[in-house]
Amino acid sequence: MQEIPLSQILFVSTALFFIGMYGLFTRRNLITMLMSIELMLNSVNINFVAFNKYLFPDHLDGLFFTLFIITIAAAEAAVAIAIIINLYRSHNSIDVENATEMKN
Amino acid sequence: MSNYLYILWIPLLPLATFVILGIFGRKYLSSIAGLLGTASLLTSTILSFVAAKQYFFVDGKVNGVYQKIVALKYTWLEFAPNMSIDLGIIIDPISVMMLVVVTSVSLMVHVFSLGYMKGEERFATYYAFLSLFTFSMLGLILSSNIFQVYMFWELVGVSSFLLISYYFNKPAAVAASKKAFIVTRFADLGFLIGILILGYYGGTLDIGLLIERFTSVHSTQFLSITSASFLGASMLTWGLTLVFMGGAGKSAMFPLHIWLPDAMEGPTPVSALIHAATMVVAGVYLVARMFPVFTMDESALNIVTYVGAASALFAAIIACTQTDIKRVLAYSTMSQIGYMMFALGISKNGGENGLGYMASMFHLFTHAFFKSLLFLGAGSVIHMVHSNEMKDMGGLRKLMPITHIAFLIACLAIAGIPPFAGFFSKEEILTAAFHENKIIYGIALFTAALTSFYMFRLYFNIFWSKDAPADNHHESHGEGPWVMKLPLLILAACAVGVGFIPFSQFITSDGAPIETHIDVVFSIVPVALSVLAILLAASFYKNQNGKSDKVAAAFGGLYTAAHKKFYIDEVYLFITKKIIFPFIGQPIAWADKNIVDGFMQWLAKITLKVSVLIKGLQSGKVQNYAMYFFGGIVVLSILFIYIWK
Repeated sequence: MQEIPLSQILFVSTALFFIGMYGLFTRRNLITMLMSIELMLNSVNINFVAFNKYLFPDHLDGLFFTLFIITIAAAEAAVAIAIIINLYRSHNSIDVENATEMKN
Repeated sequence: MSNYLYILWIPLLPLATFVILGIFGRKYLSSIAGLLGTASLLTSTILSFVAAKQYFFVDGKVNGVYQKIVALKYTWLEFAPNMSIDLGIIIDPISVMMLVVVTSVSLMVHVFSLGYMKGEERFATYYAFLSLFTFSMLGLILSSNIFQVYMFWELVGVSSFLLISYYFNKPAAVAASKKAFIVTRFADLGFLIGILILGYYGGTLDIGLLIERFTSVHSTQFLSITSASFLGASMLTWGLTLVFMGGAGKSAMFPLHIWLPDAMEGPTPVSALIHAATMVVAGVYLVARMFPVFTMDESALNIVTYVGAASALFAAIIACTQTDIKRVLAYSTMSQIGYMMFALGISKNGGENGLGYMASMFHLFTHAFFKSLLFLGAGSVIHMVHSNEMKDMGGLRKLMPITHIAFLIACLAIAGIPPFAGFFSKEEILTAAFHENKIIYGIALFTAALTSFYMFRLYFNIFWSKDAPADNHHESHGEGPWVMKLPLLILAACAVGVGFIPFSQFITSDGAPIETHIDVVFSIVPVALSVLAILLAASFYKNQNGKSDKVAAAFGGLYTAAHKKFYIDEVYLFITKKIIFPFIGQPIAWADKNIVDGFMQWLAKITLKVSVLIKGLQSGKVQNYAMYFFGGIVVLSILFIYIWK
């Protein structure tokens, strides 16, 4: 089987990253924004794994990093959802446009 | 050399009492606060008697001369090699003598206060402050380093402030405490500068070393301090005069005396302790401590002499006209301290020439007992009639027999009638003055007569003058409980007995005992003058006959001036209110408000402006913040990739 070149994998991860960024900036719904952030994190994970495999095949650092990031992303999602629930309780919506108490 | 370390406990016990009563006193210990304070002080007193016995009779003497012993030395702050602030304990004749005086007078006051202050709301606080004062006074006495003296000196000032303003809901007491604090603080500024001058030229702050260096004429330190001069006086004169200024402030010497009469607003036992027997003699003690250095400089000693003599005379004249019994006693204290000061001033160092020094210390010793007795007696009287004014008293001798006898003994002692204590010490001072300086002798003699006059004016006004008060509500509580009578009796016994101590065997300027004897012929004049003054007072005041008013009218202006305390307070008020406040205080206040504060406010304004400008960036929209964040990352990436490769 022919190997996929590194550049294509990087292309995929870059695309994933900017899709995530687009989502983060355009969506008003906090849950969607959280999903977009997860997309960005995963694009980074792909980068780690790809560079590890292509550049330093005899090392495992990149893989472990990915494992750590997955763990932390899970924790972070839990915290973020707790925040979102609290926001919903106080504002009755999870639309970021409605939570502008920090203005000025 | 034997061990004197246990002396450390003498000041530490009152300190511990202060801490315990200060923290727990009001809530938990208010019923036993007095007993606790008295018990700890009793222990201190016993320890100091043990120390005195050990020092004077067992091992203080080497080859017939009392030694200076440094019992403890601990380097506390070292700012340069050989230049450090040490904490130490010095044992020499005067410090041991002062230990005995301070602890025993303080003990008497503690016992007396058990009765006098009973039922006060802040009883525990009162005892806490008394303990703090006793601790700082004992610390001052034992200090081996002049900076350590200064620290305890300030502590003494603070505790005096606290005790004067004990009745803090009385405006007069608050004003008096502030006055006492500010006046003595002002004097302490001089003291500090004096310490710095002596320390700078002497290269040390240790009292023993300073004395050693400044008394040997060939030492480099002595040469440098005497050759440097400022405004026509050598730096040695300046340093000693400034140190004396600190002493004059605490000892209420003219013209820094104005706080002492007002300080009588404090509770009477406090006046007995602080403003009669212990704190006010700190100035005398300080001069005595530095005495060998003072003898190296004629002009500084002359200042001590004349300030002392002027205060003695000045205060005695005022005392003749005051009507508040505590104020009379305050001026009498000032006058007696003046005595001690000029006795030091006319003295020389060493041998028979050091008679003045020994006489001064002797007078300090006897004065502490009879003056605290007078104050405690006055306390008893005030406790009974609830007034400080002479006109509310009279005829009390039947109602208060014990107080009457004690007060009479103290009056005879201060008047210098043999065989009471004051006679012996005053004779020594007069003898020394007669040999050294005839002018001073004249002033001293006149002051002695005045002293007898105003003391017996006080005595007759309180205990004779009128018939016993008709309304008998006084009878109900009599002379007060035995805790108030016992100290009077003990102190009265001291006022009779302490004069017979062969003081010159123990305390002299150089430690070697000298021989003194009472010259009967010499004593005739002062004693006769005192007796005459007493008879004069008796004829004026024993019965109300109006003679005194006629004499007062005959003196006219002088009487009014003395009654108004020679307008010294008014002079101070004029200087501060009319000169210092508008010409110095207000420009400085202006500069502080407009320049110092102005700069700070300008900084605050700039910060406010900037924050208003950048406030718009805070949109409150979380996505905008994310945008800035990514924008920042992009900028950083460009910087790292293309510019700082």
